[in-house]
Amino acid sequence: MSRARDLLVSTAVLLFGRGRPRLPERERIIPEKPGRPGWELVAVSLLGLGALAAIAFPLVYGLAKHIPHETQFLGLSLGLSFVLIGAALVVTGRHLIVTEEIEEDYPAEEHPEEQETLVQVVEESGDRLTRKRLFLLSLGGAGAALGVALLTPVVSLGPVFRVGPLLGTPWRRGRRLVDEDDRPWRASDIEEGTFYTAFPEGADKEDLGSSVVLVRLPKDRFQLPAQLARYPADGIVAYSKICTHAGCAISLYRTPMFEPTDPKPALVCPCHYSTFDPADGGSVLFGPAGRKLPMLPLSIDSSGGLRAAGNFDGPVGPSWWGVRLWKANPPS
Amino acid sequence: MIRKAVRFLDQRTGDAPLLRKALRYLFPDHWSFLLGEVALYAFITLVATGTYLALFYSDSTKDVTYHGPYAPLRGQHMTEAYHSVLDISTSVRAGLLIRQTHHWAADVFVAAILLHLLRVFFTGAYRKPRELTYLLGLGMLMISLLEGYLGYSLADDLLSGMGLAIGYAVALSIPIVGANLAELIWNGPFPGTDAFFSRMYIAHVFLFPALIAALLAAHLGLVALKHHTQFRSEPRQTQRKIVGVPMFPGQTPRSLGLLLVTAGVLFLLGGLVQINPIWLWGPYHTYLSTNGAQPDWYLGWLIGALRLVPSFDLTIGGYTLVPNPFWGGALFPLIVFGFLALWPLAERRWITHDYGYHNLLDRPRDAPLRTAIGLGMFTWVSMIFVAGGLDRVTVMFDVDYVTMIWVFRVAIWVVPVIVGLIAHRVCIELQHGEESERMRKRAEHRAKALAETTDVI
Repeated sequence: MSRARDLLVSTAVLLFGRGRPRLPERERIIPEKPGRPGWELVAVSLLGLGALAAIAFPLVYGLAKHIPHETQFLGLSLGLSFVLIGAALVVTGRHLIVTEEIEEDYPAEEHPEEQETLVQVVEESGDRLTRKRLFLLSLGGAGAALGVALLTPVVSLGPVFRVGPLLGTPWRRGRRLVDEDDRPWRASDIEEGTFYTAFPEGADKEDLGSSVVLVRLPKDRFQLPAQLARYPADGIVAYSKICTHAGCAISLYRTPMFEPTDPKPALVCPCHYSTFDPADGGSVLFGPAGRKLPMLPLSIDSSGGLRAAGNFDGPVGPSWWGVRLWKANPPS
Repeated sequence: MIRKAVRFLDQRTGDAPLLRKALRYLFPDHWSFLLGEVALYAFITLVATGTYLALFYSDSTKDVTYHGPYAPLRGQHMTEAYHSVLDISTSVRAGLLIRQTHHWAADVFVAAILLHLLRVFFTGAYRKPRELTYLLGLGMLMISLLEGYLGYSLADDLLSGMGLAIGYAVALSIPIVGANLAELIWNGPFPGTDAFFSRMYIAHVFLFPALIAALLAAHLGLVALKHHTQFRSEPRQTQRKIVGVPMFPGQTPRSLGLLLVTAGVLFLLGGLVQINPIWLWGPYHTYLSTNGAQPDWYLGWLIGALRLVPSFDLTIGGYTLVPNPFWGGALFPLIVFGFLALWPLAERRWITHDYGYHNLLDRPRDAPLRTAIGLGMFTWVSMIFVAGGLDRVTVMFDVDYVTMIWVFRVAIWVVPVIVGLIAHRVCIELQHGEESERMRKRAEHRAKALAETTDVI
């Protein structure tokens, strides 16, 4: 009993008793400063709190199934633990450790003698060569050739020399328009004042050339140029859904439903707010797009279903240098 | 104990002389010298949290149907990649914490680098002999922007898909080689194939981080070789004498403390402040997009530029040569980084003709032209950054979007010039103020001395 008490007392004295270790007598490097027991207490308390927060983390982790806001408590415990221990170290650095401000010389600006030696070594190393230029040229040439050889496999990454596919779309004359769940669109489904998304039947919907927006406009609203006059079917027009600016999907349809009905109806891309006019063939009304929206010619079959009457009147999606390769194939 | 360990290591590595020097390496004391450190610590947090995320992420674009715990998405088609990020956010224990911490750390990382860059720029710290350190830093900033972009693209939610579509359009818009380059990267027309995600993944978790780490090592190595710059806050600090706190014991606990506090704040943010709730956006399909989409802040300047550029393609005979996204998405960042990279050369060639060696920093007022041009440039980029968020202003304050865009299209050219002129004037005035203060002090001193001597007489 008394031994246990002695042990406790001696531990307490060792832990809490004040005193500084005696260093051998010698000239000091780090100047001697008085102790700061108050700040020591702050640092020790911060470390203790940090440890408590750290212990909370595995507890929350283990109980995660039973407590709400698991993520918040996990973050709180781990974050606080880091911050508290970090604060303890900052306190240590600022108040408990001697922070001498000392000065010393900046490193030399340059080393002229070493520079000279380096130059001499390099110059003398090639002294034995009698046709130095030829040798260096061969060395450079071989290096370059090897470099080209090593870079060649990069070509396998993609179809570098075949950019034609960028222009292709799945749309053909007579191809049915279907919705996201492959149900065919009928002309009577399309109402004014809203817009619909359609795809070519059986095609890959992710293909940039696939998706189109359908809108119905009052027939007196159209101001189509002559070559596009036959593109709408029964007041319904279809445009590529992919913005010609940066390739985002056009998912906004601006249609003022009551007075004032200005500005006029427009298709808008939410990425950079390129705005296109569905009444005149998809011209750019506002925003950065530099090219009009490609228009898809439509027809209505005998059962009222919407079908394509050909391909778009221009290349789909964002432009590139070679967009001029496009050859229009308008509906006959 | 300590003696034994030191001897053991010295006998086996011969490190004692090196270590002795390293322990007494001096750090000049100024709060602004810690910005780069914060970036370093955010990078460490990124590597640690990113490694954890990589244990659960899948880069497959295989189409799967969601049956997980998040009810609103049940039954939806999505890629395995998006599915795995949903799982990290909902099912992996502590997964959401780590994901959000990773995201916050990326935002803080780039912010710290930017602030560090501003400090270095406006104090002239990039001057000889530290031009290489500066260029390495710029390189890291560029790679970090790409790295961050790849990071949020990998989640394959609706927003990341829209971001990738824009990236594709910008790549496509590069003159002559654009289409070939885009086809090469995406392995075909957008949205590319399975291979594209593998490529993003290896670039994001290995290629770019390794590159950043290598540049970082060179950057820090150069700092150590030439030592840190310092302000002339006391007469002891000169071009030849550095004054500072030694690495050990003074600086070590402070730096370690800053590391832990940085990591701690990031974990607190990751736990308490939601960022990029990908389950709300849903999976990406090329035919979907959402209004109010905003990228991470560090790409805001690019979306702003893309939105501000008026409808204009470079065309010949009706054929597009250089499409619109090139101006805002490629040329604009090229100009900004080109300016930053060439500025040290340009400054000494045309402005200061100063080819000297500089260990002492300028205060912004000491170099009025640098401060003016730098602030003008900063205003220009900042205004374009703000333009990227104007749609939010429309939503919140009901100001007409089109009008605001037109105002900005003009203002970004006018305001930076005004800011530059004002900055220049303020610098000159501050200099004059200091000069007259110095003269006043000197006169006072002289008068006092005179009074004293007359007293004696």
